[in-house]
Amino acid sequence: MIRLLTLVLAFCASSVTAETLRMAVTTSFHNSGLSDVLLPAIEEDTGITVELLIVGTGQALRLGEAGDVDAILVHSRAAEEAFVNAGYGTHRREIMYNDFVIIGPQGDPAGVKGLAAAAAALSAIARTESVFVSRGDDSGTHKKELALWGDAGVVPEGAWYRPVGAGMGAALNTAAAMDAYILADRASWLNFGNKADLALLFAGDPVLFNQYAYIPVNPQRHDHVKADLALALEDWLTSAPARDLINGYQINGETLFTFNAIAPAE
Amino acid sequence: MSEIWEGLVAGFWLVASFDADLVEITLRSLQVTLTAVVIASAIGLPFGAWLAIRRFRHRRAAIALLNALMGLPPVVVGLIVYLLLSRAGPFGVFNLLFTPTAMIIAQVIIITPLIASIAHQAIRDIWADYHDLLISLSTTKGQRIRILLWDGRRALMTASLAGFGRAIGEVGAIMIVGGNIDHATRVLTTAIALETGKGDFALALGLGFVLIGLAVAVNLAIHAIGQTESEGKW
Amino acid sequence: MVTPILPLTMKGAVVKRRGQTLLGPVDLEISAQGIAIVMGPNGAGKTKLLRALHGIERLAAGSVTWQVPVREAQDRQAFVFQAPIMLRRSVQDNLAYPLRLRGVAKKDALARAAHWANRVGLGDALDRSAPRLSGGEKQKLALARALIRDPDIIFLDEPCANLDGRATREIEAILQEAQAGGTRIVMATHDIGQAKRLADAVVFLMHGKIIENRPAKAFFAGPQTRQAAALLQGDIVE
Repeated sequence: MIRLLTLVLAFCASSVTAETLRMAVTTSFHNSGLSDVLLPAIEEDTGITVELLIVGTGQALRLGEAGDVDAILVHSRAAEEAFVNAGYGTHRREIMYNDFVIIGPQGDPAGVKGLAAAAAALSAIARTESVFVSRGDDSGTHKKELALWGDAGVVPEGAWYRPVGAGMGAALNTAAAMDAYILADRASWLNFGNKADLALLFAGDPVLFNQYAYIPVNPQRHDHVKADLALALEDWLTSAPARDLINGYQINGETLFTFNAIAPAE
Repeated sequence: MSEIWEGLVAGFWLVASFDADLVEITLRSLQVTLTAVVIASAIGLPFGAWLAIRRFRHRRAAIALLNALMGLPPVVVGLIVYLLLSRAGPFGVFNLLFTPTAMIIAQVIIITPLIASIAHQAIRDIWADYHDLLISLSTTKGQRIRILLWDGRRALMTASLAGFGRAIGEVGAIMIVGGNIDHATRVLTTAIALETGKGDFALALGLGFVLIGLAVAVNLAIHAIGQTESEGKW
Repeated sequence: MVTPILPLTMKGAVVKRRGQTLLGPVDLEISAQGIAIVMGPNGAGKTKLLRALHGIERLAAGSVTWQVPVREAQDRQAFVFQAPIMLRRSVQDNLAYPLRLRGVAKKDALARAAHWANRVGLGDALDRSAPRLSGGEKQKLALARALIRDPDIIFLDEPCANLDGRATREIEAILQEAQAGGTRIVMATHDIGQAKRLADAVVFLMHGKIIENRPAKAFFAGPQTRQAAALLQGDIVE
């Protein structure tokens, strides 16, 4: 009877145990496949089971504000700093970066291949009114895209500009189906399974630099968050084993991320 | 077309190899949906029956409301449950968000109106049939409810099955309140959404065929238990 | 000795639907013996009269009084509907149901059900699904079910309306048997021949009112009203 009761309670109780941490991460982080490599290592080295909620940057920040997660890992500096300044997060810690790339139809109707700057590429797309799929979901990628349009001096609107309000993978699917241009992070693109007629057409402009940062949710705002686990995870993410895993992660021989965590500036 | 074939093959291998992840996800799908169906039936079946035989002033309005609730978009239910269970919301202290319990709650809300509505319709039909006879036999209200529920058990089972069908294939609400967390709240439908989002259509289709197979198997099992197709009975 | 529930007295009974008077005012006494046949053209109110006597029709005015309290009287009557109401279960379970309602043990109820099934010729259909029986079989089942609690009185609403000759004969035989055993029978029928065969008394209805209520022999020998005479002759009566 006791056994049955414990079993029932175990079923009913929330799956959050003492050594479980909930972290909201961006779809681009997950779609790269890196999380599948890191999570088992984290569990082994620290004993922490990380529960990943894979959402857009915007939703990740909201989850952090509400205290529904213990930490977030996103890639939108301005939004992150606002988050910390408002007191929702304790601090911001840079972990690694990758880059954004411009994907498009192999035929490249806008002629972005070989252009010198990202802004020029986007100008060309706007000028030729080639179909462009935007994340449209307030994510880190989306914010970067909007910043680039700003640099190009273009307000993207018209039938050719298609915001889908979806994660990286879903947006890539849509771009593949529409044979459209899209801004994606390199890792998600390389790991994407439905490339269809799309190809990587533009990369390398320093402005496409994509920094990922880790932010523990502020325990003073929400005293139930697992603040010590969050700090333990941060320590691991900025440690040598993490560095080796992140720098060593490759798809088809290509390295996706570059570890760039530095010692805390306390 | 080849993608559909690849999907079939992928699905076959997943099942044949008893892939550990697949087993875990499938069991969780069943756990969440079956629990939701049991709870929703416990609420919806008696309520539907009660509505069929009780005459009260606003009965027509109640029936209309029940039918309208059937059309509740699941994703909206998911959003509302999410806001209620979030730490920033009224029931945050129970720490239910992103757990299977939250998914069960959302699914119960979604399928109870459906089960109640079908039960109501079925019982109403039988009641219309039996009405004069049961009154003539001086039955008590309790005796009436008992015979309506028992003689209508096949139709009531259909109501529960309809709830099961709706729940097992639901993805929007449980994605929002469950979070699709690997090894915690990932189920067949949310896994399909995830794999599709990664462009891994073969795996997504494989999972899809497993889901279809599961739904069909449960249906067949229930009908076998009920022996509803055997000649002459019932 | 159990108090007889009959005679039954109906006084000033009126049945209305949507403001229209379908029956009444009707004064009628049902004595303790015999077979009373209710006749009249379609729409005359035969069904309403039977239902009102049995207590399953709401009266807009008037009363129906038994020799015992209404609750007890209700328990000792039965009704056979024109379209037989079959419970969605087997023949045997249909018959057993009224007994189970009374608290009779399952084994006994099933045994008595089997006995009655035999009496009405459904002995080898015990396990068959009642809704799937033929019209005649259903009506025999309904009749057996009505008689299984040994009621003091049974009302029948045109039970043979959709049955062939053989089924009709079987039903009439059962009714005669029941009447001989002391059960009072009040039956509506269209079939003049059937009325002649069975009736001890005839109640003739027109437009919701009783216009003749006489011993059968006298009625058939010489109806007192124009309409009754016309009906017996085979004319259309309105």
